[in-house]
Amino acid sequence: MAQEIIIEENYRMPAPVHVGDEKGSLTRVIQQLVFTVDHKKLGLMYIAAGLLFFVIAGLLAGLIRMQLAFPNNHFLPPDVYNQSFTMHGTTMIFLVGMPMAFGFANYLVPLMIGARDMAFPRLNAFGFWVFFFSGLLLYFSYVGAPGLYAAGSAPDVGWFAYSPLTTKAFSRGHSTDYWTLSLLLGGIGSVATALNILVTVFCMRCPGMTLGRLPIFVWCMVVLSFLVILALPCLSACQIMISLDRYLGAKFFDTQAGGDAVLWQHFFWIFGHPEVYILIMPAFAITSEVIPVFSRKPIFGYPVMVAAVVAIAFISLGVWAHHMFCVGMVSLANAFFVTSTLLVSIPTGIKIFNWLATMYGGKLRFELPLIFCIAFLFQFLIAGLTGVMLAVAPFDWQLSDSYFVVAHFHYILIGGLLFTIFAGIYYWYPKAFGKLPNHKLGLWHFWLFAIGFHITFLPQHFLGFLGMPRRIYTYQSDRGWDEMNLLSTIGVAIQSAGILFFVYNLIYSYFWGKKSGDDPWDAWTLEWATTSPPPEYNFAKLPLVKSRRPLWDAKHPEDPDWKHE
Amino acid sequence: MHLPAERNESLTKKNFPPTHFAYLKESVLSPRLSISGFATTARLLFTACIVILSTLVPALAEQPEPSPKPDIYRLTDIFQPQSRPAELIMEPTYLVLLICFGIFAVVVAVLVYVLIKFRPRGPQDHLEEPPQVYGSYNIEMAWTVIPCLIVFVLVLVSSRSIVEIQDQPMPEDAIKIRLIGHQWWWEVQYPDLGITTANEIHVPVSSKNGPPRPTHLFLESADVIHSFWVPQLAGKTDLVPNRLNHTWVEPYKTGVFVGNCAEYCGTQHANMLLRVIVQTPEDFEKWAVNQKQLPTEPQDALAIQGKKDFYALSCVNCHKIDASPAEGVFGPDLTKFAVRQTLGAGVALNTPENLHDWLLSPDSLKPGCYMPDMKLSPQQLSSLVAYLQTLK
Amino acid sequence: MNSATTENPADWKLPSARKFGILTLILAESALFTIFVVAYLFYMGKSLNGPYPSEVLEFPLLGTLALFSSSGTIFMAERCLLAGNKPGFSLWWGITTALGIYFLYFTGAEWHHLIFEKNLLISTNTFGTTFYSLVGLHAFHVIVGVLLLLGILISSLRGRLHSDHTEHVEAISYYWHFVDCIWIVVLTVVYFLSVRVQP
Repeated sequence: MAQEIIIEENYRMPAPVHVGDEKGSLTRVIQQLVFTVDHKKLGLMYIAAGLLFFVIAGLLAGLIRMQLAFPNNHFLPPDVYNQSFTMHGTTMIFLVGMPMAFGFANYLVPLMIGARDMAFPRLNAFGFWVFFFSGLLLYFSYVGAPGLYAAGSAPDVGWFAYSPLTTKAFSRGHSTDYWTLSLLLGGIGSVATALNILVTVFCMRCPGMTLGRLPIFVWCMVVLSFLVILALPCLSACQIMISLDRYLGAKFFDTQAGGDAVLWQHFFWIFGHPEVYILIMPAFAITSEVIPVFSRKPIFGYPVMVAAVVAIAFISLGVWAHHMFCVGMVSLANAFFVTSTLLVSIPTGIKIFNWLATMYGGKLRFELPLIFCIAFLFQFLIAGLTGVMLAVAPFDWQLSDSYFVVAHFHYILIGGLLFTIFAGIYYWYPKAFGKLPNHKLGLWHFWLFAIGFHITFLPQHFLGFLGMPRRIYTYQSDRGWDEMNLLSTIGVAIQSAGILFFVYNLIYSYFWGKKSGDDPWDAWTLEWATTSPPPEYNFAKLPLVKSRRPLWDAKHPEDPDWKHE
Repeated sequence: MHLPAERNESLTKKNFPPTHFAYLKESVLSPRLSISGFATTARLLFTACIVILSTLVPALAEQPEPSPKPDIYRLTDIFQPQSRPAELIMEPTYLVLLICFGIFAVVVAVLVYVLIKFRPRGPQDHLEEPPQVYGSYNIEMAWTVIPCLIVFVLVLVSSRSIVEIQDQPMPEDAIKIRLIGHQWWWEVQYPDLGITTANEIHVPVSSKNGPPRPTHLFLESADVIHSFWVPQLAGKTDLVPNRLNHTWVEPYKTGVFVGNCAEYCGTQHANMLLRVIVQTPEDFEKWAVNQKQLPTEPQDALAIQGKKDFYALSCVNCHKIDASPAEGVFGPDLTKFAVRQTLGAGVALNTPENLHDWLLSPDSLKPGCYMPDMKLSPQQLSSLVAYLQTLK
Repeated sequence: MNSATTENPADWKLPSARKFGILTLILAESALFTIFVVAYLFYMGKSLNGPYPSEVLEFPLLGTLALFSSSGTIFMAERCLLAGNKPGFSLWWGITTALGIYFLYFTGAEWHHLIFEKNLLISTNTFGTTFYSLVGLHAFHVIVGVLLLLGILISSLRGRLHSDHTEHVEAISYYWHFVDCIWIVVLTVVYFLSVRVQP
């Protein structure tokens, strides 16, 4: 079956390279990891590093929640608490969210477009290692800022580091410098990888893979990369400015010398809001692959889905100041950003409806990936609607910087992004390792994590309504916040149990999982046309694509897709 | 103002106010606002959700008795606005809540229907693929146009509300306050009245029927960004260094309203609390007159000793007392210190015991704060406490 | 889309990865510069103390001429390479490199003058901050460009430049034109606009 879509092409197998010791030795494994330029290995390394940082940031979140479990709690001193939420936020966004997206893109984009590697394999390795070392640099602040036994330590200015809190006057020592330099470094790696993804998609597609036939996953990654290319340099500019301020005495954000604190907010959110859509793109990407396959139907309204993603990205460049409704902008500016922000909800709504329409009339198969994606739909719906509430500026004057906002973006980033990342890992696990993930363990993971997630974050909406500001390390017991904070902390414990099941499942299935075969889900995109796991060169012969679902055409020659598109 | 003897009112078990659930339940039964039926529905829907949630968790259903001190509003529930700008915010709020709950209900209903209707049926089910549908122009058009209309309505409503709240003209006779944020306390100045105080804003009550008495606040910052937020009185407005911001309140109810700094401002962001004390015009007038007078001279020996100690120690470098050598401006003005309800921007009640602990070691009550530990001797401590108590 | 059935894989043409890559990089760099240009415009006329742009800035005529003409010479070099004229390529390419180096020298001299005679430092005021960061960022890009030019020049002089390398050369020339375009923006904002704003 797979033969029918493959055409002849000469491909010289690369000569085996002899580096290091004999097969299987540790030095050899390390050498292979360090020297590799294979997009699949790098993709898995991105995901593994992302999971590592995810666990670290999760532990930080545990510390935060333990401190907040009771009023007047003395579990953490205030500066350690402030460091914890700063590191938690920075890690989750720059060292978990983006690397995960890049990991999936790295592994899957070349396979999905029928290419043998990324356009610039060495740049790819460069991007990964720069990201990885930027993470190490950030965490080195705990010892080198100077930490441990001296004053200072990890950055404590919050992940959006509002000036003038970051100036020398209010942030002494070097903790902020670690934050700045780490993000500057990470930004370089992200731009390199995003550039690589774009060039790969535009210049490396296999014959017949026109832009109109790209899987939606690839489209989302293209949009993600464009956003990275446009937004990350703004962050880099911000970091350069902070560094100049802190090291050379420049006056960009020095409010005592004519600098402007609000300018930082504009610059930061010009990066920061597209960043939010960068983080949600993998969720769109994975859901758009999983739902069709497990509903046994093509994605409903492919052109509209692609247009919606592009529209979201485009609008996202003009909504940044909705983070700043409280800084005292003129009413006209506030009204403008209300409008642009609400406009995002239109293409987002279309996506949700089209996913539902894809499931409608299909034959659902409740495998792990689909279960996680259904939970994603539910949670993303809530997150989207709370987003609409936040977009209405007067309401935002009450909700901004309260726990409602915390609940809102955790519904996006955990309920949206993380659930689909789990879906994606379960979906492509057989592809990467040739073994099926264990269904029962996966269900335990799902229910524990989903229940824990809602217990943690649903009450936080109401905490926001009750006036609890975010980033406070303690509160007095007479504010009516006690029970919901305790509930929220209990939820974290349940989520952690879910994560244990997830990690155990990954290890268990790797060693003792059922063999999956090449195409266990009976899917339609090109990555399933090769073996599982794929060989280093991906495809012995490059495929010829005639429609959006090349494997459907191969499996159903009587009624191929290209007759309908 | 009644001051309990306990060290910190938050530790007083018997003073527990009703928890949020009780408050919200109460609001279902007796909505206090006169709002349109549209908004009432939204409010009912919303509160119903919370009631359901609270019944799901039996531990939370046991409510302590309501607080015996109804004049302190520490439950900063944004759905119980007591001031005009906070009430104006509620208009678009109920509309957007209604719309969002409507969308939520419809989409979840469709999702559940799809999940049940198209669930797997038997082991033979997967042998045949379902009909392949690629899309439908008309359906997609429908779910593009309807959200567009909703967005249009929301934009109009919120724009109107933005202008109404933000561009509210200031009447000539409005009370004007200059509120300056510091790490981590609030400096409150009444330029027209010549009053400077800290962490507590006294404002006169307004009435819905009579002539409005709004209080306009001009917000500045001495160091980093802070944010003024007293949820029941008004939404947030940031205090940004190098910039003059403006907000206003017009409370309809006397009492004490608690607020927090709502923009992360460093180590003690959590303990930067603010109290707005809404008084009848007569009480406000009395307070203002008293504030302008010099503090009473200490009478007993201990307090007189305390006054000497105060001027001898370096207190005067940071604190100010009118018509005295104490002219520091780094810390709060202490001219009428004993009138204030709390210490250290709300970290503890202003009682002699707490004051003693605060002077003994500011860092253990408020870790990281800029008030230094002066290593005072026990004699100095008791004399200073006695003196500071006389600053009324 | 029935044409899919008749598609011939031999006709499958895709853009060049190197050129596409360099254009993407230019897009990212544009975003970076935008922020610094906006910062310059935002702080224009807002310095609390002197020196102000109108007092200290002089129009950088020679540097500008050098940089603009280098865009022309690099175009000539490319034409020579396409025509197979290797000595011509080396000559034009060498002139381009020299013009780039001259521009850097000119900027260095200007900064020396500003720092040591006009007492304008990056920490003096917001004008100093935004001026040095914007012009410095551009100069940094010129330095990178000159290093790339030098690399090609050396391999060309050593006879190592082959027809396979046309894409490399073209990519570098795109980058060089971009650096030139940025200079137009910097020139407009810094040397035309800000000197006309009275403090």
